[in-house]
Amino acid sequence: MNQAISLNIALVGVGGQGTLVAGKLLGTVATILGLEVKVSEVHGMSQRGGSVITYVRMAEHVASPIIEPAEADFVLAFEELEALRWAYLLKAGGSMMVNTMQTLPASVAIGAAAYPQDIIEALDSKTIGNSHVFAVDAQKLADEAGSYKATNIVMLGAMSRLTPIDEKVFTQAIDRVFPEKFRAINHKAFQSGSDIIKYTCEF
Amino acid sequence: MSQPVMTEKQILLGNEAIARGAYEAGVKVVSSYPGTPSTEITENAAKYPRIATEWATNEKVGLEVSYGASLGGGRAMSCMKHVGLNVAADPLFTASYTGVNGGLVVVVADDPGMHSSQNEQDSRHYARSAKLMMFEPSDSQECLDMTRAAFALSEKYDTPVMLRVTTRVAHSRTPVSVGEPQDQVIKPYVKDTMKFVMMPGMAIKRHVVVEQRQAQVANDADQGMIPNAFSVKTGDGQLGIITSGMAYQYVRGALPQAAIFKLGLVYPLPLAQIRAFAQTVERLVIVEELDPFLETEIKAAGIVCEGKALLTLQGEYSVARLKAALAEATILAPAFDLASLEPAPARPPVMCAGCPHKGLFMALSRLKVIVAGDIGCYTLGALAPTHAMDVCLCMGASVGMAHGIDKVSDTEMSRKTVAVIGDSTFLHTGISSLINSVYNRSTSTLIILDNSITGMTGHQQNAASGLNIHNQGAPELDLVALVRAIGVTAIHEVDPADIRACQRVIKQAIDEPMVSVVIAKRPCALIPSGIGDKDHVVHLDKDLCTRCMACIKIMCPALQKGPDGYPHVDPNICNSCHLCTRVCGFGALKAGGEAI
Ligand SMILES: Cc1ncc(C[n+]2csc(CCOP(=O)(O)OP(=O)(O)O)c2C)c(N)n1
Repeated sequence: MNQAISLNIALVGVGGQGTLVAGKLLGTVATILGLEVKVSEVHGMSQRGGSVITYVRMAEHVASPIIEPAEADFVLAFEELEALRWAYLLKAGGSMMVNTMQTLPASVAIGAAAYPQDIIEALDSKTIGNSHVFAVDAQKLADEAGSYKATNIVMLGAMSRLTPIDEKVFTQAIDRVFPEKFRAINHKAFQSGSDIIKYTCEF
Repeated sequence: MSQPVMTEKQILLGNEAIARGAYEAGVKVVSSYPGTPSTEITENAAKYPRIATEWATNEKVGLEVSYGASLGGGRAMSCMKHVGLNVAADPLFTASYTGVNGGLVVVVADDPGMHSSQNEQDSRHYARSAKLMMFEPSDSQECLDMTRAAFALSEKYDTPVMLRVTTRVAHSRTPVSVGEPQDQVIKPYVKDTMKFVMMPGMAIKRHVVVEQRQAQVANDADQGMIPNAFSVKTGDGQLGIITSGMAYQYVRGALPQAAIFKLGLVYPLPLAQIRAFAQTVERLVIVEELDPFLETEIKAAGIVCEGKALLTLQGEYSVARLKAALAEATILAPAFDLASLEPAPARPPVMCAGCPHKGLFMALSRLKVIVAGDIGCYTLGALAPTHAMDVCLCMGASVGMAHGIDKVSDTEMSRKTVAVIGDSTFLHTGISSLINSVYNRSTSTLIILDNSITGMTGHQQNAASGLNIHNQGAPELDLVALVRAIGVTAIHEVDPADIRACQRVIKQAIDEPMVSVVIAKRPCALIPSGIGDKDHVVHLDKDLCTRCMACIKIMCPALQKGPDGYPHVDPNICNSCHLCTRVCGFGALKAGGEAI
């Protein structure tokens, strides 16, 4: 069954939002499934509040670690503008989960550029094929789970509902990636992300 | 768990795998200077207690330490980014002549696409000009395997061995099977001045050895005697590709029908094998990021091939890029009607909330001085909102550049130029330049931004931070005493968060008719000593706020203009530096705990 799983997931956001940890967790998920996986990260300069992307590719065989345009099954955007920026990566029929928060880039903050209006609605109205855009207030759910830092795990929880991967695999991966004292919060965050999609979709 | 998990693969960053490979090879000493994308190699080596791992003050020092360790009989490694190799090039070229005692591996990380670098140099040229063998892995497993094997090859061929990675290999996690660590062996030291003391008489003889060794390596690679040197995948006989490193992965993804000659050893090349491969295909294309390094070597051997005529010299490759150049481009269906979406404004990196550099750069901006810059987080001072940097070249250059401007003439420019350098960068290559300035009677001004850490590369300790790579206490360099010992008499200390004080002190320093040094000291907001008190985060008193947006213009990530038109402070991000309270002319922004 695992041979059938082939997923390209782009985690996009603003430096410091936890895309690296989310990527690591997905890498662990793939290992548990016995799949080949490549996770390509951004370190260095962009981590200082720049636009960042982590690519995760898992399948029976993976060569390039990079997701090409219209090749992503999922785009998990940790910020709305980043959802717009990286939208070209999502393939027709893919799903985008957007954390409903806006972090103004410096150019916008000083009035040199404008932050596009109603990004989520715009994306939702421009889908082709059977593609989906889900808005998730992940930071709020993470706060409720115990720490806003678990926003990334809420996002993974939300995505997990739409993958063929058993929830237990994610649970196991959380146990492997996080030290004991952070596990409970992250399990809770994952669950709330998963639940939100369960209740918003009639799958 | 009841099942042993030993056989399960771990997913390691390329850089983690290099550290693991070195550990398995029994490396004893790792001495490096940080630099993206190489930094995590040394950080991970530090996690193995049996390795003596350290941050050196610069790459040249790091390589000399490793060389000394090799001479002393242990296996040793130095890791650096591409431009770091420029700094370490001097010992490298002559270490090629002396050879080694314990295995010596030099890792260099190139950055095609310049994710975090000031240029896009191709370090493979160093292997050719220093006459060293160089390996290039294409995933984390190869990072481990090639590193591990490199130490033994270094001893076998009596040479430093280079390993070159690129950002995509260094910073991708892929599955790795780890191996059993070897014991750390310390070989006996035998005095041998003919081999190790490089004066002309000895070096002339050693050069002969170097050329023989390189010919031997190439020959042994052709004979299949060098592990990881190359592998061949047959194709449909039409297209043949010669490639290495991450480009190999893109070739696999883009050209499944092609025959592939994958090089692990990128210098010297197994040319007889390449010639034989060339005969099996109709068309031969070299796919390599950056310079036509392999292409030049292969063409020089008289083998007909194509390369850079088809593919760019710039940036990273990708499956799509290769398909566009060499195959039928496949157009995939996107999820959105992309043409109808608004473009997203760019999001360049910015100084963090609470960054101590910000206040100082605001002062520089107000003073309208010319700033000879340097490399670090503070280089962001060149961007909005401060725009307070005129030049940035390489690490340590600010000091000499300011002195040069000072010497060129008695112009307005020379009278209002300052150099700005970070603590780690000052230690790296700024000190000798300051000695030069004093010695040659400069009147230039140097501002040292001492944030007690090497920030830009992800917070490495340095000789002025009081901690070592293991975060244990270490002798803390006294910058004031050092600068005084160099002969600087005009020394000022200032808190960079106090913009007015910075303006005053810098103005005074510029006017002084000798070298003056301003030390702006405040810890980075992301290290324990710099994290602000959460009880004192800033909040807004709406009654006093005139919505003038002066605070927003400092571009602090914790401050945004809210939908109600008022500035909004995100208490999760605010680091209580209170810089915004200093720019507010109406007292509307207040530190937590203050009465409203
Ligand atoms: C020769 C060389 N080595 C390493 C680097 C990578 N690098 C860029 S900035 C920097 C150090 C920054 O530290 P510091 O001067 O203390 O400034 P901070 O970032 O803390 O503000 C390093 C190591 C480089 N650009 N060039």
